[in-house]
Amino acid sequence: MKLVYFASVREAIGLSSEECDVPQDARSVGDLVAWISAGSQEHARALHDHSRLRFALDQEMVAVDALLGAAQELAIFPPVTGG
Amino acid sequence: MKVVRISNAPIEPASELAALAGLGGGALASFMGIVRDDKGVTAIELEHYPGMTEASLYSLIEAATARWSLLGAVVTHRVGIVPVGAPVVVVGAASLHRAEALEATAFLIDRLKTEAPFWKREHYADGTAQWVDAKASDDARAERWT
Repeated sequence: MKLVYFASVREAIGLSSEECDVPQDARSVGDLVAWISAGSQEHARALHDHSRLRFALDQEMVAVDALLGAAQELAIFPPVTGG
Repeated sequence: MKVVRISNAPIEPASELAALAGLGGGALASFMGIVRDDKGVTAIELEHYPGMTEASLYSLIEAATARWSLLGAVVTHRVGIVPVGAPVVVVGAASLHRAEALEATAFLIDRLKTEAPFWKREHYADGTAQWVDAKASDDARAERWT
């Protein structure tokens, strides 16, 4: 799956996107984010607090408990601040 | 007429709204968001999620069109560096009578604030920059429309 990061999350991780092989036991967005967090200190710092993050699966906003299903892209970002 | 535009160049509000004025209705309402002169801010920088941004703004226009009788709506949002005093966003809605256009305009900007994937960073006179936090008051305004 392609992971994409924006704004403060992108800066904290130091990447705007990366590929990951989703582990079989990761069924929800939250499962996968927890697994990504374990990847490095930067990932852990950026992703530890799910309440400060928002998620989109294939460019649709979803909750942290949404199922990954066959999605190709997970975006992780802070709450939006446009307008 | 449903128009979504993401722009790296300065927004020209009059030309964004001109087409809406010619749709035969009696009402055109609009909102323009401007970079506020605030606490040493010199500019803001807007990042977005290309693809999702356009789709989410288009679906907001679709939702507004389903809810109110509109002749057309426009959402134009600037990205990149935007100096103090310059427009960041222009939203417009046209209808036969004013109530629909006024309400749809408020709906579009309130929901854009909490749903469209844009992120703002303030740049200060001393050369530093800081991401802007989302506001609970914006969530409250957006929830009025659910």
